[in-house]
Amino acid sequence: MKTGMTRGPRRLRLAAIAATAALVLAGCGGSNIKQTKTSSAGGKSCGELNIAVNPWTGYETNAHLIGYVAETKLGCKVNYQDVKEEVGWQGMANGTIDTIVENWGHADLVKKYITQQKTVEDAGPTGSKGIIGWYVPPWMAQKYPDITSWKSLNKYASMFKTSESGGKGQLLDGDPSYVTNDEALVKNLNLNYKVVTGGSEAALIQSFRSAEKNKTPLLAYFYEPQWFFSEVKLVKVNLPRYKPGCDANPAKVACDYPPYKLNKLISKKFADSGSPAVKLVKGFKISNDDQNLVSTDIAEKKMDPDAAAKKWVEANPAKVSAWLK
Amino acid sequence: MTTLQAPPGRPGPNVKEEQPYVDTAPNRHTALWLAVTVAVWVVGWLIFRGQDTRTLSFQDLNGFHRWLNDLRDSIQLASSRGNWFFHGVIGNISAFFNWLVGQLQELVSTPAFPRPVPQIGWLGVLALLAWVAYAVAGVRSAALVLLSVLGFGFLGYWGDSIDTLIITVLAVLICCLIGLPLGIAMARRKAVSVAVTPVLDLMQTMPAFAYLAPLALIFGIGASSAVVCTLIYALPPLVRITEHGIRSVPETTLEAAGSLGVTKQQMLRRVQLPMARRTIVVGINQCTMAALSMATIAAFVNSPGLGKPVIAALQSLDVGGAAVSGFCIVIAAIMLDRTTTAASERAEKLNRGALASVSRPGVMLMTVVLEKLPRWATEEQRGRRPLPSPLFRRAVLALTFIPVLVAILLSRQYLSLATFSSSANVGPRIATAVSDLTDTVVNSVDTFTNAFKNVISYGLLNPLQSLLGEAPWWLMAAVLISVAFFLGGWRPAAVTVVCEAVILGTGLWHDAMVTLTMTLVATVMVMVLAMLLGVWMGRSRPADTVVRPVLDTFQTIPPFVYLVPALALFSSSRFTAIVAAMAYAVPIATKLVADGIRGVSPSTVEAARSAGITSRQMIMKVQLPMAREALVLATNQGLLYVLSMVVIGGMVGGGSLGYLVVSGFSQAQLFGKGIAAGIAITALGVMLDRITRYAAARHGRI
Repeated sequence: MKTGMTRGPRRLRLAAIAATAALVLAGCGGSNIKQTKTSSAGGKSCGELNIAVNPWTGYETNAHLIGYVAETKLGCKVNYQDVKEEVGWQGMANGTIDTIVENWGHADLVKKYITQQKTVEDAGPTGSKGIIGWYVPPWMAQKYPDITSWKSLNKYASMFKTSESGGKGQLLDGDPSYVTNDEALVKNLNLNYKVVTGGSEAALIQSFRSAEKNKTPLLAYFYEPQWFFSEVKLVKVNLPRYKPGCDANPAKVACDYPPYKLNKLISKKFADSGSPAVKLVKGFKISNDDQNLVSTDIAEKKMDPDAAAKKWVEANPAKVSAWLK
Repeated sequence: MTTLQAPPGRPGPNVKEEQPYVDTAPNRHTALWLAVTVAVWVVGWLIFRGQDTRTLSFQDLNGFHRWLNDLRDSIQLASSRGNWFFHGVIGNISAFFNWLVGQLQELVSTPAFPRPVPQIGWLGVLALLAWVAYAVAGVRSAALVLLSVLGFGFLGYWGDSIDTLIITVLAVLICCLIGLPLGIAMARRKAVSVAVTPVLDLMQTMPAFAYLAPLALIFGIGASSAVVCTLIYALPPLVRITEHGIRSVPETTLEAAGSLGVTKQQMLRRVQLPMARRTIVVGINQCTMAALSMATIAAFVNSPGLGKPVIAALQSLDVGGAAVSGFCIVIAAIMLDRTTTAASERAEKLNRGALASVSRPGVMLMTVVLEKLPRWATEEQRGRRPLPSPLFRRAVLALTFIPVLVAILLSRQYLSLATFSSSANVGPRIATAVSDLTDTVVNSVDTFTNAFKNVISYGLLNPLQSLLGEAPWWLMAAVLISVAFFLGGWRPAAVTVVCEAVILGTGLWHDAMVTLTMTLVATVMVMVLAMLLGVWMGRSRPADTVVRPVLDTFQTIPPFVYLVPALALFSSSRFTAIVAAMAYAVPIATKLVADGIRGVSPSTVEAARSAGITSRQMIMKVQLPMAREALVLATNQGLLYVLSMVVIGGMVGGGSLGYLVVSGFSQAQLFGKGIAAGIAITALGVMLDRITRYAAARHGRI
C-alpha cells in the first residue's frame, strides 16, 4: 500500500519530465520534410485565412473555391470554420473569422456590425442571385395547378396535415439559423398552417425527394441557387409580391421574400491586414449555374469539397484569373 | 402486500433488506389523492381549455428576452471598444487558450505552417501516448492506447481525434487545478460546501447549449470557448467526488491522527489526501469522461475535434459518416476511461461504494456519472504480483523512452510516418457500408416505423400535450404542486412553487408544458423498456453478460451520433426527439433496475420459490416490489437523462424549449429567448428531480 501510494506521483513526475524532453527534442530535431508551400504572389505573404462555413452546400462551394485558390495561388493557410450565419458575423466582430462568402441580407446585422460597430465591411456581390420561398414537389403543381398561389393554400391545408402540425397543414422549414419570416407569414396571411422544423438542408432535400417519389404532399421552405433543382424541379408558391420595405418589421411581414443579391463580407481587421487574400475575396464572382455544378459534385457525388473545387478551378482558368486581377 | 414469511436474517447491516415489505408508513391515501387531482385537472381542462395558456409565438419576445438581448449588445460593444474587463481580461484569457490549443495542434495534429505536416508525426504521437500510458497505468493500458490511437488513423479521423484529446486533456488539467482545491475546501468547511453545492447542481442541470451561446459571445468562437464550456460541464463531478472522498476518511482515523498532535496541514497531506486518493482518481476519471462528451458538443462553437464530422453528418444526414466518427469517440472514451481507471490501481468495489453513498436526494445526476464506466474493455490484472522496486521501474521507463525518441525523430523525417497514409484509411468504406445498410433497413421498415410514430403521436403525445399545454397556467401550476405534495410532502411542493415562478418569469410557460409532456412520455417509454430489460438481466446472468456491453456502448456514444439514424427512421418530429432521449436514458435506467432486482436477497427469492410460485408471480409479487427503491431511482435518473436530451431533441423536431435554445444560439434576435428557455429547462429539471427524489425517500424505502 505504502509503495503504491508513493510510486504514483513519482512515476507521473518522471513521465512529465520525459514528455518535456521529447517535445524539446522535437523542436530542435532536424527536418527533412520539405517546407512545401511558399508564397508565389509577390509582395506581402498571405498567412492565415479564416473562412466561415455556413450549413448549406452552395455556401460550402463558395468557401472551398476561394479557399482552394488562396491555398494554391497565394500560399495562404486556410482554416474553414463551421459556424451558423449569425455566429459568423459575431466571429468577424471579434476577429476569429476573416470572411463570410455568401451572405443573405441580414439587414439587422448589417446595421449592427457594418453601420454601428464598423467591425465588418461589405466585400461586394458574389454574382449569384438568391431566392427564398415556399416550394411544392412537381407532381403537386401538376395535379393541383392553383396551388402555386398562396390564396389557395388554405383550401389544401388538410392535405398537408402531419402528426406534428397540430391539426393544421404543415409548412416544413430548414435549419433554425436560416433566414425566415415563415412564422410571421403564416400568422399575417391567416394561413391554417403550422411551421415545423426539418433541421437541415439535407432534411429538406430528403423530404422533397420522398414526397416526389411517393407522391405525398409537401410544402416546404427552400432556396436557390440550389443544386437539387437539377434533380427535382420544385415549383415555387407565389406569396404576395415583395415591395421594398414590406419586410421592415419582422413580426408584421405579409409579403414574399425579397430577391437577394448575395454578397461577401470581410472583417475590418482582415481588410486592413494587407493580405493578398483580401483582393481574392473581393474579386470572387460566381454564377448560380457554376455554383450548382460544384455543389452537385459535393452533395450528390459525395466528392471531397476541395477536390470538387480543384476540378472546377482547373476547368475554368479564365474565370479564376479574373478574381485575382 | 405479500404475506411471505421472512427467512431468518443474516446478521449485520443487511438484515433490514431481508424483511418482506410491510407498509408501516402512515396511510396517506396517495393514490386516492392523485386520482382526485387528475379528476379536478381534467374537469378544469374541459371547462377552461385554451384560456390563459400563456402561449408566446415563436418570434415574439417579452421584456426579459429583450433585456437579455440588450445585455448581449452592450457586452459586444464593450468588448469591441476595449472595455478593461471584456476586452482586457476575458480577451486575453481567450487569446491565451486559442494560442495554446493552436500550438498543441501544430505540435501533433495540424500542419505546422510552413511545414506541410505537424511537428510530430503520427508515429511519434503514437509512441509518446503509449509510453505515457505505460508510465502511469501499466503495460496493458499501453497496449490499449496503442490500438486505440492506431484505430483513429485507420478510421480516417486522425487529426480530429487528436484534437479531441487535446481539448479534453487541457480541460481536465484545468479542472484539476480548480476542482481539487475546491473539493478539499468543501470537505473541510461546511460553509463552502453549502455555498458551492447549489452552484454545482445548477451547472449539472443547465443544458450545455444554454451556456454555449453566452460563452461564444464572451470568449469568441473557437478553442477557448470549447475549453471553457467543457470545463463547466466536467468540473462538478470532480469537485463532488473529491469532497466525498475526503469526507469519507473514517472519523476514527482522524481522531487517532489528531491524538498524535498533527497540524491541520499535516492531517490533510499525510492522512486525508492519501486515504482519499483512490476516490479522487475516480473523480478525475468521471471528469475526463464528462469532458470528452462535452468536447463533442463544443463543435457548435467551432471547437476542433470529432464533434465536427458528427455535426456535419447530422447536417447531411450521413449515417455512415456519423457512425465512423462516433466510433472514434467511443474508442477515445474507452481508452481514457480504462487508462485513468487502471491508473487509480483499484478494483470496482470502491466504485460501488461511492455509488451507493452519493445517490441521495440533493446530489443531482451523481449516479449518472458514476455509472458511466465501460468495464469490459480491459480489466487490469486482478491478482497483484509483488511490485518491482522503484529504481527498476524508473530504469525500465528510461529505457523504453529511447524508442519513443527514435519514433519522434523518424516521424519528423519521413512523410509516410508523419501523415497517416490514406490507403490505410478504411473509414470511408465502413461509412459507405453503414449508409447502404441503413438505407436498406430504412427503406424496408419506414412504413412500419412511421405507423408506430403516428400511433404514439396521435394516441399519447397529442392528447397529453393538449391536456398539459391547453389547460390554463394556474390550473396546471396547482396540479403540479398537488402532485408534488401528495407524492413527496411539503418540501418538493415548495420547490415546485419556486420553479413554477421561474418558468412563468421566463415567459415560456406553454413551451415548458409541451417539453414536460415529451419528457413524461419519453420517461414512461424508458421505464417500460428498462423494466423489461432490467428484469431479464437481473434474473439471468447470461442475459446480463450479453446486454450490459451494449448498454455501456450506448452510454459512451455521444447523443448526437444516434440522432442521425433516428432522423433517418422517423424524420424530423417530436417522436424522433423522444427516441433519441430513450437511447440516452434506457441504459442507465436498465442498469439500475437490473441491480435492484439482483439486490433482492437470494434467501427471500428461495423462500418464495419453495412456496411454489410461478416466475410471473415471482417478478410481480416479490422481485419488483422488493426492488422498489431501485425502480424509483431508475425513474428519477431516467427523467433527468431524458430532460438533458431536450435541447438535442430540439434539433430533430422536438420543438418547444429545446428548439428555442438551439434557435437562440443561431439567431440574433432570439438570443435572449434561448437563454430564457435554458433557464426554464433547468427549472423543470430541478422540479422533477426534487419530486422524484422525495417520492423515492417516502415510498421507495423498504
